[in-house]
Amino acid sequence: MKAGVVVFPGSNCDHDCYYALSNVVEIDTKYIWHKESRLDDFDLVVLPGGFSYGDYLRSGAIAKHSPIMDAIVDFANKGGHVLGICNGFQVLTEVGLLPGALIKNRGLKFICKYVDLIVENSRTVFTSYYNNGEIISIPIAHMDGNYYIDDKGLSELIENEQIVFRYCDSKGETNDVNNPNGSVYNIAGIINKNGNVMGLMPHPERCAEKIFGGDGFYLFESIKNFFKGV
Amino acid sequence: MGIFEDFQYPDVDKNLAREMGLTEDEYDVAVKLLNRKPNYIELGIIAAMWSEHCSYKSSKKHLAKFPTEADWVVQGPGENAGIIEIDGDLCACFKVESHNHPSYIEPYQGAATGVGGILRDVFTMGARPVCAMNALRFGTMDNDETKYLLDGVVGGIAGYGNCFGVPTVGGEVYFHESYQKNPLVNAFALGLVEKDKIFYAKAEGHGNPIMYVGAKTGRDGIHGATMASEEFGEGSESKRPNVQIGDPFKEKLLLEACLELMQKDYVVGIQDMGAAGLSSSSFEMASKSGTGVLLDLDKVPVREQNMNPYEIMLSESQERMLLVAKKGFEDKVKEIFAKWDLDAEVIGEVTNDGYVRLRWKNEEVALLPARELADDAPVYDRQYAEPKEHKEITNYNVYENIPDPGNYAAILARMLSNPNIASKRWIYSQYDHMVQTNTIFLPGSDAALLRIKGSSKAIAVSSDCNSRYCYINPYVGGKVSVVESALNVAVTGARPRAISNCLNFGNPEKENIMWQFVRATDGMSDACRVLNTPVVSGNVSFYNETRSIGVLPTPTIVMVGVLDDIENRVPSFFTKRGSNILLIGDFNPKIEGSEYLYKIHGKLKGDVQDVDLELCSSVIDAMVEMASEKLILSAHDVSDGGLAVAVSEMCFKDNIGVQINIDKQIRTDELLFGECFPLVIAEVDDFSIGKIEEKLSSAGINYLNIGKTKGDAITILHNSKVIIDEKIALAKEVYMESIEELIK
Repeated sequence: MKAGVVVFPGSNCDHDCYYALSNVVEIDTKYIWHKESRLDDFDLVVLPGGFSYGDYLRSGAIAKHSPIMDAIVDFANKGGHVLGICNGFQVLTEVGLLPGALIKNRGLKFICKYVDLIVENSRTVFTSYYNNGEIISIPIAHMDGNYYIDDKGLSELIENEQIVFRYCDSKGETNDVNNPNGSVYNIAGIINKNGNVMGLMPHPERCAEKIFGGDGFYLFESIKNFFKGV
Repeated sequence: MGIFEDFQYPDVDKNLAREMGLTEDEYDVAVKLLNRKPNYIELGIIAAMWSEHCSYKSSKKHLAKFPTEADWVVQGPGENAGIIEIDGDLCACFKVESHNHPSYIEPYQGAATGVGGILRDVFTMGARPVCAMNALRFGTMDNDETKYLLDGVVGGIAGYGNCFGVPTVGGEVYFHESYQKNPLVNAFALGLVEKDKIFYAKAEGHGNPIMYVGAKTGRDGIHGATMASEEFGEGSESKRPNVQIGDPFKEKLLLEACLELMQKDYVVGIQDMGAAGLSSSSFEMASKSGTGVLLDLDKVPVREQNMNPYEIMLSESQERMLLVAKKGFEDKVKEIFAKWDLDAEVIGEVTNDGYVRLRWKNEEVALLPARELADDAPVYDRQYAEPKEHKEITNYNVYENIPDPGNYAAILARMLSNPNIASKRWIYSQYDHMVQTNTIFLPGSDAALLRIKGSSKAIAVSSDCNSRYCYINPYVGGKVSVVESALNVAVTGARPRAISNCLNFGNPEKENIMWQFVRATDGMSDACRVLNTPVVSGNVSFYNETRSIGVLPTPTIVMVGVLDDIENRVPSFFTKRGSNILLIGDFNPKIEGSEYLYKIHGKLKGDVQDVDLELCSSVIDAMVEMASEKLILSAHDVSDGGLAVAVSEMCFKDNIGVQINIDKQIRTDELLFGECFPLVIAEVDDFSIGKIEEKLSSAGINYLNIGKTKGDAITILHNSKVIIDEKIALAKEVYMESIEELIK
């Protein structure tokens, strides 16, 4: 299997994603420069965290117009697998591959800390090594992680089982107190209807090794397992 | 018509020199050096270069006493940052620097550009920054100004570091009324570089092109270095235009472009444009290499209309570098910068006549000798003396004046909620402290611990300064600050290796301030010598005074240490119940000069005890050795707030309680909250305790076995009588949420 990590000029988790994919779960991984307009034959494209083009405007708003994004939208529409983490998730909502939007945290501050998540859907390519209802601990680090979607959109997400991760407490309760950024329905990560594009605000690449807790490891292992033999 | 008429530059005289910050004598020196009157542009450059901030004219003499060498030191003071070996050829490049004055005037941008400046100092040497830290000082939390400054400074550090992609892994924050109108913002950065890939600020090779790379030049920050060399008076807010504006995204591009360029063989030397911008960078490069430079200022990329040569030379616009390329490789350099959408322009060339020549549309507008201006700046041997009235402070008798108040649980709660001790979670959760996935010990630990990918070693970093001690006795305070930073590093199991320092003091033209400076640096030098931790980089910030009130003397120390095997790391929190608790070092706590005396009784008085540096050295050796043999479960350095606070802090992470007893004839408040150095609390299991006791005894280190981890309460007995028995949950809530409550 071959994975690609997109490098926007302001990406800063590109090295971390590369390290998790290449060194930790040992997938053949390459960087993809944002000025390129076509994709090689990747099985997985990762949009990493960071500040794509500075994000002085709305996060991901300029990334939407970068040459590589046209190719990625095309890749996704043809069934290619895309994972957006943090800024990558923001970019995926900007280009319309995922519904909803990520607005400023309700506390108006950047938040960096480990949070508990409950796995809502383990029947995806990205989460098969988790169990539904499992509680995992993964760090967040963002200013604009407050997921917004209207009621109709939310109903659709729920109906289609598109919600993958939700913020919760250590017992799995998804209450407002344990919602770090004000996200609708405590949503931390979602997947598209076709199940090939996932976005999440938490950073699994930051805890893919035992020394950091290790809960993020299984997300990358799930992907690797899906593509086993490719 | 020449440019002097075009731009209507005024005539130069002593009054103008004074306005720019030069004394009459300094102006005379300049005239003598040039053998003529400088013109307006030249005078501006001289004033900036000879400002205290750039020239170290009051501190140079005293900085010379710092030890700066050891086998592992690759680069000591004098370059953009210091460098030490970490693992074979892999080196750490680091420095701490102040951005105090701008941060008071405009807290967000002041702090942000402080971070930007220190990051450039590190990557200009070829090192990729892997962590940042900061030491902050503010007035007390009971007023809106402090809250505004704290919020702005933290926001600025977060805004810059988070976007740039460097983890801000720790630091320190202290609140005291003397910083009310003069907050301190000291930014630290550390990067990794291979020994043969280090770049220096060289301008060598006659005819080699000088290239300007990075952001365009604007009018921001003109005369910032001069501003940082004066006291604040009324109307400091009007200096807001002197503060630079940061663009962390641009800095990130500059980092990537520079590091990509440095992989190639196109660069002779490189220097970032920091204080005094193009002036100091061009002079430093020429003077260090004994060459000269010729610059065509009209070729400098500018972002504002009608900028003139004076403004271009003195602008402190951010995210810019000056580099000397090999002749013929200009286009290759431009290609790399174009990839990252950055400007790279040839603006001049290296010459060999020892002069910095500036031209504007082919007209020579300034001609200054490079080495003389950079190296022969005026140096002062300022008078210093301990003020007579200081004896009132050191002669203060705590025991006669302050009765033991009892009610220890309530006092512990007040100590834990004191923002100087309380958790800094509100601050560090705004910093991305995990990006790059190396941060093993998160903020809140004694030291930050970073793994190194591809190596079994790890780097430990701690920033400390005991300004209370420095105020009462600057010599002891200087020592204690170094010792504390070394202990914080050593309790993780890492060997302290070298320091960077940032010396924040008041007006050096005053004898008492200079006395603080001289004695504090004496103490630091002695401690660094005994602990074998040389000074490899640093910066001095004087004139931290507003309306003639100086800040507490604040020599910030950042200690960098190396842990040989990351598997041997020792955390700062209790790991399990049933362990033994050892108190390592001479347990002889004193109330004088303590945080307890300051915060609970409102006094910053009494004489402080001297520190036994040899004992400190033995304790450090012991901690490192015991960690390498995996004998210690957790360890924590005892400092502000004394034993009771240190023990509580160890309980909080995993809600593991303690029951300890100390038999000692001493006031109970002094036992609980008094301070002494060196003192370490170590958690040890039954299997290891015999070995540890043997080791400590043979090293001549005193220790006490004071109890066990147990249950979920903090239970402390004095002479077998219970004096504190508190549920951890309650104490923890106070500790964790105090600053969040105060800032509301």
